[in-house]
Parts: sequence; C-alpha cells; structure tokens
Amino acid sequence: MLKDVTIGQYYPTGSVIHKMDPRTKILFTTAFIVMLFCINNLWGYLATLLILVAVTLVSKIPVSYIIRGIKGLVLIILLTVTLNLFMTPGTVIASLGPLNITMEGLKVATYMALRLIFLIVGTSIMTLTTSPIDLTDGMEWCMRFIPFVRRYAHELSMMMSIALRFIPTLMEETERIMKAQKARGANFETGSIIARAKNLIPILIPLFISAFRRADELATAMEARCYRGGENRTRMKQLVFENRDRVSFVLMLMMIIGLILTTMIKIPLLFPV
Amino acid sequence: MTMEKKEKMIEVKDVCFVYPGNSENKSVTALSDINLHINKGEFVGIIGHNGSGKSTLSKLLNAIIFPTAGDVIINGLNPKDHEHLWDIRQTAGMVFQNPDNQLVATIVEEDVAFGPENLGVPSLEIRERVDRALATVDMQAYAHQKPHQLSGGQKQRIAIAGILAMEPECIIFDEPTAMLDPSGRREVMETIRKLNQEKNMTIIHITHYMSEIINADRIIVLDAGKIVMEGTPVEIFKNVSALKKIGLDVPQMTELAYELRKEGMNIKDSILSIDEMVDALCQ
Repeated sequence: MLKDVTIGQYYPTGSVIHKMDPRTKILFTTAFIVMLFCINNLWGYLATLLILVAVTLVSKIPVSYIIRGIKGLVLIILLTVTLNLFMTPGTVIASLGPLNITMEGLKVATYMALRLIFLIVGTSIMTLTTSPIDLTDGMEWCMRFIPFVRRYAHELSMMMSIALRFIPTLMEETERIMKAQKARGANFETGSIIARAKNLIPILIPLFISAFRRADELATAMEARCYRGGENRTRMKQLVFENRDRVSFVLMLMMIIGLILTTMIKIPLLFPV
Repeated sequence: MTMEKKEKMIEVKDVCFVYPGNSENKSVTALSDINLHINKGEFVGIIGHNGSGKSTLSKLLNAIIFPTAGDVIINGLNPKDHEHLWDIRQTAGMVFQNPDNQLVATIVEEDVAFGPENLGVPSLEIRERVDRALATVDMQAYAHQKPHQLSGGQKQRIAIAGILAMEPECIIFDEPTAMLDPSGRREVMETIRKLNQEKNMTIIHITHYMSEIINADRIIVLDAGKIVMEGTPVEIFKNVSALKKIGLDVPQMTELAYELRKEGMNIKDSILSIDEMVDALCQ
C-alpha cells in the first residue's frame, strides 16, 4: 500500500523534462492546475490528455509508474464520482430505485474524475521529474514574490526538503513497526473501520516517538555541520535560466494557451455545451 | 611529521559537565575533572561503558555543548567565545552514530554540499570539494543516488564525505559503526584509517568495538565520567581484568592470550591481532 504513493517521489531518467528549470515546472504546473478547473468541455480534457501523454513519453517515466500513483487515490475518485453522479439535479436519464442519474450529474462526475486524475498525474510528473532539491529551490525562488511568506522562504524550503528526505525513511520504519506489532498478534486487516483505526495506535505511537528522536538528532547533526539558517548561505547548484529554459518556457506557454483556446470550442463532444 | 605531531589539536582542561536536573530528575554529573590533550595527526580511541560520558565528551569537542566548568580549547579556540563557534565546528567535524539521522538532503552529492553551503563557500568551489570528498570515501559512483537506497556503511561514508567537504583538521567519530553490519563496519573503519594515514587527519574514535582501535596511537578509557586509563593499545589491553571490571571487553586475541596465560602457557601479554597471535604460537 505504502509503495503505491508516488507523489513526492523522484524518478531520475535524465530526460529533457528532468533538466528543465524547476521554476518553469512549478509555474506551469500551477497554471495547469488552474486550467484543469477552467476547462469546460471534453475537447479541453482531450487536449490535456494529449499534453500529459506527450510529456510522459518525453520524460521517459514508465506509464505504469504513473498509473500506480492514481491507484492509491482510486477510492477518493470513486467517492467524488458517485456523489456527483447522484446528487446533481437536472434532466433524469436513468433511475436506480430512489436514486436518479441526470445528464448534468454525468457531466459533472466525468469532469470531476478527469480533473482529479489529471491533477494527480500532472503534479506527480512534476515531482517525478524534479529532484526534491530543485523543487524546493524553485519554490524558495517563487516564494520570494509572495509578500509575508518571503521572510520565511529559506526556512520553509528547508522544512520541505527535510520532509521529503524522511518520507522513505519513515515509511520503512512504519512497515517495520507494523511487522513487529503483527508478530505480537496485532491485527490490521479485519474488523470494523473503527476497530482498524484503533489498531493503528500501536503503530503511530512508536512512529511518532522515533520521529521526534530523529528530528532531535538531525538538528544536532545540522548544527555540527554549521547550519545557521539562510543568511550568508551559498548553494552548490544555482538556478540559471539558459536558452534551453527559454525554449521550454515558450513551449509550456503555448500548451497553456492551447488549453485556454479549447474553452472557446462550441462544438459539443458527448455532452451538450 | 614529528614536528606536526607535537602541535596540539584539542586541549581539555579540568572539565566538568553536569546535565541540569529539574523537578522530576536529579542533575547528573556526566564528566568530572577531565584533562587531556590530542595532538595533530593523532588517532585516539575513546572507550567506555554505556553512561561513562564518552558521548558527552565528544559533543564538548566540537562545541555542541559547553563545559559546566573548565575549558575546552580546539585548535587554539575556546567555544566560550561564541564568535569562534562556527570556526570550531568547521575545524572539528563530527560523525554520529545513526547514519539516517545525519543526512539532510535527498541526493547524495547535495548532502555532501550541505556543510560548505552553510559556510558560505562559493558555488564552484563547493562543486570541487564535493567531488574530492566523494572520491576520498570512494563513493563517486553514488553521487546522484538517494541516501535511503544505500547500505548503512555507504550512508556513513557519505556522512564522512559531508564532513570532509568542510575541510576540517579533525574528525570526531561518535560510535559510527554501532548500527552497522560487519561489512559496513569494515568499510567505515578502512575509510577512517585512510583519513588518518593518508590525509594526516586527527581522528577521535569513540567505539564499543575494541578491535577497531588496536591500531590507534592512544586509547583513553572512561568510566563514570572520569579518565581511568590512558596509553597505547598494548598498554591498555594488558589490563584485562581491570577493563572487565568496568564492563569493557578486550580484543578477541588479547583475551585468548590472557586465558592461555592463565592456563600456564608462556605467551606474551601484548597480543592484539590475529597475526601477532599466529607469530606467538608458532615460535
């Protein structure tokens, strides 16, 4: 289960997408997310799909790896789809006992499912192709333009990168604790949801204790390596905007403009406009 | 070489350290009346039972904590002057026990760069230092790996590279092999020995494993916050019964020689390694 979470993981292949400036990626992933919620017809989602497929192919990340990321969130997607399908008022096209499926409901449910899937795929492509260091550097740079947040840009990005560094470590630890508790007779698989949630306590408590201990040791180790906040700190890799980045910037911009243009298409595809 | 050996790297003068108590716990004296000096280029082993104060001592040596009384002088600098704090931590690097909890970055080379970045070293020079440090610990091939994909011994070598990139004169190892398997332990010990012999770096090695320090220049034995013995490995490990009394072992071969001598065999008491044992037995 834990291995299925691909968001926040980095998958190095050395592709052009990997070499793109993280700032470009962050900027356009944000624009992409905004666009996902602005698109108002299936042409737009078709275009989104094409873009995602193209980007995935160029990034050389195995498609199965990306699909695995969606699998972890299937439950949330199904829940959203079901709720939208039955709860939206409008022209009834099918009835299931007291439940009605409406044309509008079908449309909203389809759009929501596509939005969620594309949202997950889009953001995971960003994290899969950007090393966490680049990602946090890019975010640190982007945060410089947000008032108030600006003062804490370095601290926030350091926190983020440490969090990312420790995700796999803590996951391994969780699995180890689960095995240890199973060996002592703990049961995580059966019983009601409440019983199962209660059974998680013997995992969470040792996990938290060890996380605090790790944090303490890490802080000491960082101080021993002369860490004293962002002031006067230099970086080994500095973000430089090269010609390659200008090209990718223009390409990305064209994709977003393409997506904006699809909202103007008035030819219905499956659903009425 | 001999000239250098006389220069003092670290001086500890009449140091006491007390962990302050609170309403629930009494204060604990971890170290009392510690006097010692460590010369440049020396390989010093520190051994002691759990709670003997050896970890506290190691933290005093690179100014993570400060003595309650007395002075610690590191390369001529006293951490009591807070302006020297960062110079001291740069001069005396420290490698900790848990390899996972001292790696900060998600990519090996970025982690090695963390120290020099904190020191404000220019970007290009950081690059050079990182490559050099990774070459020294023989981990260049792993520069772009994620730390959690490495073995314990490899992680610990990355931690060492991270310290080397700060270009210290002295490295304090606080039980760096305690959480490793035998092969990881061997890797780390080879690296440490290489640093001492080829780079002439001052090494302070705190350990539970006696076999790791049989080649040390000097061994310091701590018990209950005091230095109880100090001398060359041969001088220290001769005292098998005294060491056992404070809960410490001796190297396997020394123990074997001790047992053989007890049984009336005529064998010398200065045996530390298997080779020496073979020589002694074949005579």
